[in-house]
Amino acid sequence: MNGTPLRTTVVISNPQGLHMRPITAFVERAGKFRSAVYLSKQEGQRINAKSPLALLGLAAEQGTELILEVSGPDEQKALEALAEFLASYKTDED
Amino acid sequence: MRMSDFVVREAICADLKAGTKEGVIREMVECLRAAGYFKTGEPEDIVKAILKRELLGSTGIGRGVAIPHTKHMSVDRLIGTVAVSRGGVPFESLDGEPVHVFVMLVSPQDRPGDHLRALENVSRSLRDDSFVRSLRQAPSKESIWGMLDDHEQT
Repeated sequence: MNGTPLRTTVVISNPQGLHMRPITAFVERAGKFRSAVYLSKQEGQRINAKSPLALLGLAAEQGTELILEVSGPDEQKALEALAEFLASYKTDED
Repeated sequence: MRMSDFVVREAICADLKAGTKEGVIREMVECLRAAGYFKTGEPEDIVKAILKRELLGSTGIGRGVAIPHTKHMSVDRLIGTVAVSRGGVPFESLDGEPVHVFVMLVSPQDRPGDHLRALENVSRSLRDDSFVRSLRQAPSKESIWGMLDDHEQT
């Protein structure tokens, strides 16, 4: 770990919430970065956001605020790309 | 929501025969049909819908686990089943490993919240490696049902 993680808040906009397809797409994107990536709900426990099973445990519906934290050598790029993905992902399919 | 709220007890399969992705999905849908779910023609439609969803990205999420699913108008509440393959089945999983434990979900069209809570519930159980190991060694549907029930009370 190198110091304090970068952090931002994102709101889930997808009407179906953070279901399996956005989760697997997110894990693929997060896996391209060397930084550690974490997500948490406002009141909740921080989870490893490179693990699909852990992400499923968030059960984040539309409108849920999630805290994204990134820590590592490419943290700035990772934070921007992953926050953008979570905030903008939209599909009607499951 | 608990796994035993939506898993159809009679449709659990402790020893899948199929060795392919499509075969597993067919076998699990057949288990739900045999347990009294779905009308004539619907099982084939559900198999196709689940396979179509798999084309968008495998639901094999690694660690030997997959959660094939679809929304379908034939159900008015979320139902599911659990199946185990002793030999493992290639499923184009995220980690490339064969899948041994399958949880299938069929949701109504308009309940995204229930679907998410079911996924949360399934993930909570399947994050426990020793639980997944026990499922893989379960000798019968009754023992799998017992494990689902016990695991949720702890």
